[in-house]
Amino acid sequence: MEHHRRLDRELDALRDRVLLLGGETETALQRAMYALVERDSKTAEEVLREDDSIDQLEVEIDRLCIDTIALRQPAARDLRFVISVVKITPILERIADHACNIARVAIDLNDEPQLQPFVDLPRMAAHASGMLRSALDAFTSGNAQAARDVIQLDDEIDDLYDSIFHELINLMVTDPATTTRGARLLFVAKHIERIADYVTDICELTVYMAEAAIIKHTN
Amino acid sequence: MSTPARAPRPLVLASVGARLSEHAPAAPTKITVRGLNFFYAHTQALSNISLDIADRVVMAFIGPSGCGKSTFLRTLNRMNDTIPGTRAEGQVRLDGEDIYAPDTDVVSLRRRVGMVFQRSNPFPKSIFDNVAYGLRINRLAANRAEMEERVEEALRDAALWNEVKDRLKTSALGLSGGQQQRLCIARALAIRPEVLLMDEPASALDPMATQKIEELIVELKKQYTIVIVTHNMQQAARVSDETAFFWLGKLIEINKTEKVFTAPNEKLTEDYITGRFG
Amino acid sequence: MMKNRSRHKPNLRRATSALVTSLTAACAFFAVTILILILGYIAWRGLSSINLQFLIDRPRPVGEGGGIGNAITGTLLLLAMASAAGLPFGIATGIYLAEFGEGRFASAVRFIADTLTGVPSIVVGVFIYTLIVIPMKQFSAFAGAISLALIMIPIVTRTTEEMIRLVPTSLREGALALGAPQWRVTLGVVLPAAASGIATGAMLAVARVSGETAPLLFTAFGSRFFNFQLDQPIASLTVQIYNYAISPYDEWHAQAWAATLVLMALILLINITVRFLTRQRF
Repeated sequence: MEHHRRLDRELDALRDRVLLLGGETETALQRAMYALVERDSKTAEEVLREDDSIDQLEVEIDRLCIDTIALRQPAARDLRFVISVVKITPILERIADHACNIARVAIDLNDEPQLQPFVDLPRMAAHASGMLRSALDAFTSGNAQAARDVIQLDDEIDDLYDSIFHELINLMVTDPATTTRGARLLFVAKHIERIADYVTDICELTVYMAEAAIIKHTN
Repeated sequence: MSTPARAPRPLVLASVGARLSEHAPAAPTKITVRGLNFFYAHTQALSNISLDIADRVVMAFIGPSGCGKSTFLRTLNRMNDTIPGTRAEGQVRLDGEDIYAPDTDVVSLRRRVGMVFQRSNPFPKSIFDNVAYGLRINRLAANRAEMEERVEEALRDAALWNEVKDRLKTSALGLSGGQQQRLCIARALAIRPEVLLMDEPASALDPMATQKIEELIVELKKQYTIVIVTHNMQQAARVSDETAFFWLGKLIEINKTEKVFTAPNEKLTEDYITGRFG
Repeated sequence: MMKNRSRHKPNLRRATSALVTSLTAACAFFAVTILILILGYIAWRGLSSINLQFLIDRPRPVGEGGGIGNAITGTLLLLAMASAAGLPFGIATGIYLAEFGEGRFASAVRFIADTLTGVPSIVVGVFIYTLIVIPMKQFSAFAGAISLALIMIPIVTRTTEEMIRLVPTSLREGALALGAPQWRVTLGVVLPAAASGIATGAMLAVARVSGETAPLLFTAFGSRFFNFQLDQPIASLTVQIYNYAISPYDEWHAQAWAATLVLMALILLINITVRFLTRQRF
């Protein structure tokens, strides 16, 4: 018996807010990487400014979730959805924070000459960004299998991180003048690696929401 | 690589209450109560109650059994007058006029302020005659055709029309519990009151019927001011815009519903809502 | 030791229960049997004398047959008049007591009504004799009807009050909440809801007085002729049965049995008719 509940409209609205937050986070990451690779400090500064609105959106979604739970008492699938939103929202905000960190590194690095053509870093970032996009799609459609597939992609991020790490270490050892710049780029790689980890958290929550299965801390 | 564009951003919304409720902001006040004391013979049932009820808003009264919420509800249409030995002091104003003034016409008051009771009480007449009863005694329909129109309108408003349109002449007592309660709502709505008082309207019904009644209330508040007494806090949370908490005959707290249920001001309110007593 | 006692207890309980059940069933059976025996005996004794002539003709001297035609019409007329006088009065009083009966006056009325239901009917007969028959200087159907009405009123009052009290307050409140004044609630909602109960009470009263003999002896007196004038004596089934039963004639005894059967049939007919008319349609 299908009938449209007031709660359905409200849950859809909540989902829309989360997607909005996800979109803004994705954009922040892409623009931060653009600022780094294209050495565009203006874009970097915009990313830092726009982080405020991301923070506000997080607070707003939090309050929506509390009110929904208090006033509508969602149950079963609906409850898992709201709980997942409560947990995913700060994750997205943290991803955005990491994007800000990358933007700050871009601003610092742009004062110094470019270290080398970035080959793997943009690739790593694009991969992470793609993971985020797929994870958000899986969350929207409640697709647990798609979420699991995204979790698998984290392996490639880890491999890329390892290779970038060794490459940069070698560079800093052979040419001490590159140490500060190299170190900053190492941090960028670390930020992207953390972002990918957060995306897998989002995927685990999507699996929980769809199947009521808690798969975190497992392989 | 070109600058990725920023997604367009709508305005930040206020609390979910503003979005989840659908009433117009800053509504005028429909009912004003100041310093109401109510007595059953020598027992004081209500102490110094003062509150405002806005127009086209759902106001819920919650509180433990015996806290006076039903008594207070009944003072709003002077149904307590039917109980001998009762006495009310203080002011209750409907659209600014005191309904306890000595020259008040109680009969016409009750036409403006309708009531639905805890246990459905359809008359032992046909479905049609039940809904038409108020129209007949108040002479609100000029002819048969108008009467039939008004009855259909009331049954549609109560979300009962489709279920009974083919058996309007059959006995009202043949309906299920939930249908009977919606019939009583239709009966009350037929005379187009301004305010609808509901005394635990769904407490005798199963969950599906309860949900129908709740959806009905959310729909009705577009046209009517609704005051609902309920012992089911979750129902108050789901259905109302504002909530008033009563305890031992006193009004402890009154506020917007989302505030009361997420961060009430009074510890007593919080204890009740969290189930620490009552 | 303890174990033995507790093992026997359920058997004892069961036995006691079975014993009491059979005792009460036996009593019920006994009562019903007696009733059937009475009805059966009356039918057996009376059926042979019943024919159309018997039901239409008026009494004739011994040996010439005759019938109870005038007694039947007399009883019907008396019942009709008594009902017309007593029922509205009794029902109205019952309504008053139920809807507005909270004070001392109402309690007094209730007490008096209860007492009057227990007054022997012959006392009522003597009372009306003094009050109406003597001033009128003759027995009359009017006096008979009044005496029957006086017996009916307390019964109808109390049953009406009880039936109206049975109507749930929720029904009244529902009507009041729609803006109905009190009188409308009483007449339009409460009375229709209590109608079948009130009618049953009225029927009980009618059936009760249809079997009264003593008051009629002092008021309507009886007659051997058909009479439709209210200020004249009038025959009735009960008085006729009495007269025939104490007579020395076998023929009249047989007619008395037949008349008894007719009276019982009449009461049964009244019962059935009223039950049918006031069946709960809603």
